[in-house]
Amino acid sequence: MNLTLRVWRQSGPGSEGSFKTYEAKDVSPDASFFEMLDELNERLNDQGIEPIAFDSDCREGICGTCGVMVDGNPHGPQSGTATCQLHMRKFNDGDTITVEPWRALAFPVLKDLVVDRTPFDKIIQAGGYISVNIGAAQDANAIPVPKPAAESAMDAAACIGCAACVAACPNSAANLFTAAKLAHMNLLPQGQPERYLRTTAMVETMESFFGSCRNYGECETACPKSISIDVIAWMNRDYVAAQWKNLRKHGQQA
Amino acid sequence: MTTDFNGTMLDSKIPEGPIQDKWTRRKFDVKLVNPANRRKYDLIVVGTGLAGAGAAAALGELGYNVKAFTYNDSSRRAHSIAAQGGINAAKNYPNDNDSVFRLFYDTVKGGDYRSREANVYRLAEVSNSIIDQTVAQGAPYAREYGGLLDNRSFGGAQVSRTFYARGQTGQQLLLTAYQALARQVGLGNVELFTRTEMLELVTKDDRAVGIVTRDLVTGEIESHSAHAVVLATGGYSNVYFLSTNAMNCNGTAAWRAYRKGAFFANPSFTQIHPTCIPASDEHQSKLTLMSESLRNDGRIWVPKTAGDSRPPNEIPEEDRDYYLERQYPAFGNLVPRDVASRAAMRMIDQDRGIGPMKNGVYLDFADAINRLGRQTIEDRYGNLFEMYERITDENPYEVPMRIYPAPHYTMGGLWVDYNLETTVPGLFASGEANFSDHGANRLGASALMQGVADGYFVLPATISGYLANWLNVAPVPTDDEVFTNAVQAVKDRTEKFLSIDGTHSVDYFHRRLGKIMIEECGMSRDREGLEKALKQIPALREEFWSDLKVLGDEESMNQSLERAGRVADFLELAELMVRDALDREESCGGHFRLEHQTEDGEARRDDENFAFVSAWQWMGEDAPPIRNTEPLEFEYVALTQRSYK
Repeated sequence: MNLTLRVWRQSGPGSEGSFKTYEAKDVSPDASFFEMLDELNERLNDQGIEPIAFDSDCREGICGTCGVMVDGNPHGPQSGTATCQLHMRKFNDGDTITVEPWRALAFPVLKDLVVDRTPFDKIIQAGGYISVNIGAAQDANAIPVPKPAAESAMDAAACIGCAACVAACPNSAANLFTAAKLAHMNLLPQGQPERYLRTTAMVETMESFFGSCRNYGECETACPKSISIDVIAWMNRDYVAAQWKNLRKHGQQA
Repeated sequence: MTTDFNGTMLDSKIPEGPIQDKWTRRKFDVKLVNPANRRKYDLIVVGTGLAGAGAAAALGELGYNVKAFTYNDSSRRAHSIAAQGGINAAKNYPNDNDSVFRLFYDTVKGGDYRSREANVYRLAEVSNSIIDQTVAQGAPYAREYGGLLDNRSFGGAQVSRTFYARGQTGQQLLLTAYQALARQVGLGNVELFTRTEMLELVTKDDRAVGIVTRDLVTGEIESHSAHAVVLATGGYSNVYFLSTNAMNCNGTAAWRAYRKGAFFANPSFTQIHPTCIPASDEHQSKLTLMSESLRNDGRIWVPKTAGDSRPPNEIPEEDRDYYLERQYPAFGNLVPRDVASRAAMRMIDQDRGIGPMKNGVYLDFADAINRLGRQTIEDRYGNLFEMYERITDENPYEVPMRIYPAPHYTMGGLWVDYNLETTVPGLFASGEANFSDHGANRLGASALMQGVADGYFVLPATISGYLANWLNVAPVPTDDEVFTNAVQAVKDRTEKFLSIDGTHSVDYFHRRLGKIMIEECGMSRDREGLEKALKQIPALREEFWSDLKVLGDEESMNQSLERAGRVADFLELAELMVRDALDREESCGGHFRLEHQTEDGEARRDDENFAFVSAWQWMGEDAPPIRNTEPLEFEYVALTQRSYK
């Protein structure tokens, strides 16, 4: 198949960017989106044009390194799929495809399609963990976890930290990302002692970088792991509960 | 023999005493650094996969000043994240006769008797602590209805000892390590450098004193000094171009260390994983693994008759050959990876391969779906089935999966002693980057086990033995000439890549190297092919250095430039792999020399002449490397021909 690509090119963090148009010829429908870009890059290199920079690592949809806007959709048209797992058979011969980096003030463009997502790490550093020093753990089966709780925690823990949720949100809110990590930890018995401190620290760090959630639900649609916005409701409940000073102080259930 | 000389015998510093006491003994006899003194030490950890993030977090918790480096944009991306099926531990929760000794025994046997007994025993010993620790840190492992942990089976074992979190065990374990590391970063104990790639190891008076890095955003070349350096930089399967590794995985850190005096052990020991999705065309960028756990319920088969091109569902039962169940009745579909891969290759060589390119075998779930129902299979493998369908556009609930062997893991790596220290004092290697625990073949669900074991438990315990010698000695300042020289060398090399101005991209050369390696030094090797590769690789290297075309500049993000450095090192490492494969005149595990096989096509070891670790020593640009040896002694597991029948 033959395609026309409109790709965002920007040489560095401070510089002006613009769309450039390229032709992608003889693309195999079995190629992945990035294999199509790899091939285009190969051709650009041969022509003396600097290849398009984009982030991509595992190409199995699990590391969360990749992600571009494809025709205005984070990760492209296929739901529940990271860009690296999107295949060209989802497009038609002759299509024009617009490729852009994630759009969000908190994620400045570093080059072409590459953005800086460091604020996500800051949110985790603020409290996205269970404070157990290595070597201090008891026998694993000493902590029974009800199967439904373990399953729900796993649903939330499946987040790959790609930031499609932020890119999809009209307000560039990071609530789905933050709430997914909170749901993972706050649903588990191991996560209870720090539940309210964690919620407060992570929510407040999130708010220092990102916009506010208005329940549009775009994040859930864009999420390559189909994480439910239910987790945002749980986060809000825990955040309100955490404001009751004594609860926060003593790590008690609301 | 290509090398008619042997270098020195290596001292692996294994503690005395019975095997079950060795680790306890080492933890007692090692010199300690007291808690108040730990803050006087600067440590560098390169790589933030399980082995690196785990080590950085553990060392930070102990109170050392740690600098952690990753070329990824975050410390949550490393390829440990892609491990699917699970992690082994000798908990014996299922009550099926498992024990530390059995896990140790299975791993030594699975490695075809080319690993170090004492290391493997320690790995089995700490495996239980890994499960305890990661559960406490919140890893959402699969549970039974009673709330306790569930297990499943993996290749090379007759017990169920694999803990798992759906098909995302690696992701969940890496995220626990990432979170433990994030906590230390938040507390200020660890300084994290993302999008920063190590390009040189710096040594002074033959010990490791720091590294030189490139900031992948600004292009800045920087020096970092420390009392000790830990490399947790993963494996080198990407030497084959097409592998299951992530796009950025590379051997540069290990290779730079090798060129500074760290011996490289068993470079030819690579693992070809039997269950990957077959390549569909020439332009493919990487291969995708389908978890070994699928072999719990999937049955592997090919048509009985060569050239049978009927669709799988039209081939009746009597025309199918479930060749693993036929040849290995005791282990069936759960034979170790090297055995399964070679069996698949034999079928394909007999023209019984399936799929459009006749390059695969079937992995069929029809029986399991009939027996257990579709829902159970979906619960166990749902995400893997979805991934398969996204890539191939075929529905594995209805049509058998097509699978094919592909490069996946490298058992070889930097030589380390029992303390995980390389032959360069002060330089340690952790996880896949070292060679130590898997011999000539790694069993499934053991890579996560080794990554966590090295990072969380082994390295933090042994590194104090080295550090204690340097109490109150400041690290070498970064304006010392060892650093300024190393920085200059890195800058010269970078400029060289940009100034060649040839005609071909980095990938062009990488793809060609991969083709040589998979053909001549892949799943099977022979003298003729290896000797051919030994001529082709230097020729390709010469072409690379004269005809490479890298655009852009060195002062900003330049992904072609990053790849150029990695492929330049692969072009050297590949030659060492071939040399080692040629040198080892036997077959063992993943190293299969066609000249050395039994009548029924199994690997034939030569324990009399090759029961050793080969540890290669760099002798300079123009001299061939020297092969040193570490003899392997087997006191607890008798050397026999591996049988899974």
